[in-house]
Amino acid sequence: MGSTNSTLIKIPNVDELIQETGFSTAHIIRLHDRFKELDKERRGYLCPQDFGAIKGLAINPIGDRIIGAFFSPGRETVDFYTFVKILAHFRPADNSRPKESSSPEPINSRTNKLKFVFQMYDIDKDGKISRIDLLKALRSMLEMQVTEEQLDSIVDRTIQEADLDGDDAISFEEFRKSLEKVNIDHKMSIRFLR
Amino acid sequence: MDRLTRTTFILFLVLVASLLPLGGHASSPEMGSGNEKVPDHGNGDTGHKANYTKKAFPVLSFDYKNVRVPFEISLWVLLASLMKLGFHLIPRVSNIVPESCLLIVVGLLIGGLIKLVGEDPPVLSSKIFFFYLLPPIILDAGYFLPMRPFTENLGTILMFAVVGTLWNAFFIGGVLYGVCQLKGVHLEDMDLLSCLLFGSVVSAVDPVAVLAVFEEIHINELLHILVFGESLLNDAVTVVLYHLFEEFSSVGSITVTDVFLGIVCFLVVSFGGIMVGAIYGILSAFTSRFTSHTRVIEPLFVFVYSYLAYLSAEVFHLSGIMALIACGAVTRPYVEANISHKSHTTIKYFLKMWSSVSETLIFIFLGVSTVAGKHSWNWTFVISTVILCLVARVLGVIGLTLVINKFRIVKLTTKDQFIIAYGGLRGAIAFSLIYLLDKDHFTRKEMFLTAIITVIFFTVFVQGMTIRPLVDLLAVKKKQETKRSINEEIHTQFLDHLLTGIEDICGHYGHHHWKDKLNRFNKKYVKKCLIVGERSKEPQLIAFYHKMEFKQAIELVESGGASKLPSAMPSTVSMQNIQPKKATQERALPQVSKAREEEIRKILRTNLQKTRLRLRSYNRHTLVADQDEDGWDDFLIKRNRIKDLEKISHVTNHLTVPAPPPDSPTIARARLASDPQAWGNKHVTEDIKPVTGGIPTIKVELASPQSPESVCVVDEFKKDSNEQEDGLVMKPMSLVSKKDGTGEDDIEPQQRLQRCLSDPGPSAEEEEDEPFLP
Repeated sequence: MGSTNSTLIKIPNVDELIQETGFSTAHIIRLHDRFKELDKERRGYLCPQDFGAIKGLAINPIGDRIIGAFFSPGRETVDFYTFVKILAHFRPADNSRPKESSSPEPINSRTNKLKFVFQMYDIDKDGKISRIDLLKALRSMLEMQVTEEQLDSIVDRTIQEADLDGDDAISFEEFRKSLEKVNIDHKMSIRFLR
Repeated sequence: MDRLTRTTFILFLVLVASLLPLGGHASSPEMGSGNEKVPDHGNGDTGHKANYTKKAFPVLSFDYKNVRVPFEISLWVLLASLMKLGFHLIPRVSNIVPESCLLIVVGLLIGGLIKLVGEDPPVLSSKIFFFYLLPPIILDAGYFLPMRPFTENLGTILMFAVVGTLWNAFFIGGVLYGVCQLKGVHLEDMDLLSCLLFGSVVSAVDPVAVLAVFEEIHINELLHILVFGESLLNDAVTVVLYHLFEEFSSVGSITVTDVFLGIVCFLVVSFGGIMVGAIYGILSAFTSRFTSHTRVIEPLFVFVYSYLAYLSAEVFHLSGIMALIACGAVTRPYVEANISHKSHTTIKYFLKMWSSVSETLIFIFLGVSTVAGKHSWNWTFVISTVILCLVARVLGVIGLTLVINKFRIVKLTTKDQFIIAYGGLRGAIAFSLIYLLDKDHFTRKEMFLTAIITVIFFTVFVQGMTIRPLVDLLAVKKKQETKRSINEEIHTQFLDHLLTGIEDICGHYGHHHWKDKLNRFNKKYVKKCLIVGERSKEPQLIAFYHKMEFKQAIELVESGGASKLPSAMPSTVSMQNIQPKKATQERALPQVSKAREEEIRKILRTNLQKTRLRLRSYNRHTLVADQDEDGWDDFLIKRNRIKDLEKISHVTNHLTVPAPPPDSPTIARARLASDPQAWGNKHVTEDIKPVTGGIPTIKVELASPQSPESVCVVDEFKKDSNEQEDGLVMKPMSLVSKKDGTGEDDIEPQQRLQRCLSDPGPSAEEEEDEPFLP
């Protein structure tokens, strides 16, 4: 246990991190190890190139968006704290936790998960998924195999289905509504550790 | 209306009753009760040629013996089908009592009647059951198995199937042995192995019974797939245990080596079965690659290969059920990309038909066999069996869930556990397995039979009947009836990619990672081999999108939206006319504007798209288009066609009188597209031609500058002589227009847009599309 304690000491604000994200110490340690693995130059923070080195992300159609999600606008680096906070979105929801109305909603709540995804769609950050955002997302997912017209019609159809207030874009509420039947908890959770 | 139904039902009963004596008299030896009474007419004659006296030429003769066997089989099948008809004529009863119960009761009645007549009622022969009655049901289940929930919950399903069945078998077997050893029960001669054998047979959840009951209660997908998947996969365990105990019952004892060999055998049986099934599945997919010229026999390949898979597995005593499931699941995505729409419909219908009839026959025969078979009732044994089955199941489910929930993201709640435990129905497989036992080795065979029948009756009647009110009482989540929207589809795919990426970042090789890898492998290598032509490259999302469009086209046409198109009116007015007549059955899209868009798209796509509509795998009585989104590829031509149509819309957008604001360009396009008069000859921007003739025809020709090909719609009654059906050939416009059948006969504007879809060659008949779409 000594090694874990020493690792914990090295991480700044560990308690706060645990409190905010809900990860256990074991999780934090594992994530820290992974962080160090990615941070090849041992700078204490990650930059986009470190993420780019991950093989799986290179072939992922939305890999660049995922990387972008880690970096808040304007910043070029990700420290461990932010790293863990972003990953906390993917923690399975605990239904057993007592809900205190005073405390802020946990990071891995359904709403926050959906917000995360919404932000990944909304590249121009105008608070809505506009047609262009959707087109770009679809284009990257479908790669080279469709024609522009097909994409257009799909995008049209998608927005029509979801757009309730007729502004030709999907707001967060509409987004949430269109996914109400999907089990987001299940779809957006990873088992980090046993 | 009530009187009518009642009269119909009575008439129908009379008809059935008149069939019974015939069937009873003809109760066939080949069914298993073995008394040959066929005298030999033919030989008598030929032997006496010498003293053959001339008599009058027989104008009419009665030679029943010749056709006896097929006749009887047909009678039974007819009986089963009539029963099925009958139950659906009386709606109230079928709401309370599940069909399987009614069928067993009918079987009991028939068995009783036959006995009254004095004949020996047939007992369900195991050979017939395992070779003819069971495979269609399993193939139907395997072919339409929803892969996504199945693979997501595979771990849970395997736990229940393997560990759960083992636990059940040993618990029941062991405790029964203990009960038998009690004084005063007179069963001391039952050795442990016999009890264990009995336990292993009785503990298996039966897929037929589960299907029959669960299908009617429309439970949510997760629970359905858990119980159903368990019933399918526990076959391997049952097979191994059965053979193990049967082998060693003669020897009398089992050593540790045997147990070890048993475990090895289990692995061989299950993986071997899956391998055999997969091999045949790939063969069948590969064969379907070349069937573009012989469309009519395409369904046959699927059926024959699957049946061969089953039989091959049975040759080696591997698990036939798992082979069949594997074959169906592997075959489906590739075959469906290759075969024609009609073949797909044929496969679907045949499978549903065969499995329906099989299921009915199985339950009826269970009833008949109960009456027919020799029974040996032993209160203690039978009652304790029933109680132990229940107890073992409940304990097993609870115990396993405790372990499983540690590994699941979405935990199983108590309600879920209860339904899973309660849904552990036993059925005909257990009965047949016991029936196969050798009487010499198992002196208590009749007692086993009695006990197993009691358990089956108990589970099917009591549990089957009460599960529906219990589901309502406990407010268990039901199956979602609404369609899957394209939003869900897109976002689900997006999330899949997202999670795969996150898993990569975390360095964690989880579920998504492997699924992604499999998909890539599939796309890169397998699809290229097994799918013909361009379809191998089409992404899943596009296929899903086409499917949706097509579905709505069919719906709109069915609802009569198409026929309401006005004739010979200028665009604006016609557009307004369309608006109030929006399809009232529009389900998926709430907005008015969409209705119009869909009308249009429908009409245009009705003849265009031979997208196959999928079935909900669970519902057997009505064929509802299903939202399964397993990737299958669509035709390249469709893509181009869409491209063309969009080009029309771009052009005609200018022509459209401005619509009410919320219209998107799509709607405007669509509206215009629906207007038959809007389409002119060469360029759609030209004037509107009134349509003459009783049946309005829509001429659609794409403007040449935009599109490489233009589509020409020909009047329906101009028969095109060379309707060559070609798989994926893009024909230049000026040539052949194919006639495409539409789903409904009452579709007035028969458009025929050029298609290069594969259709069975010979007759250009109306296509029989989903007639049961609600």
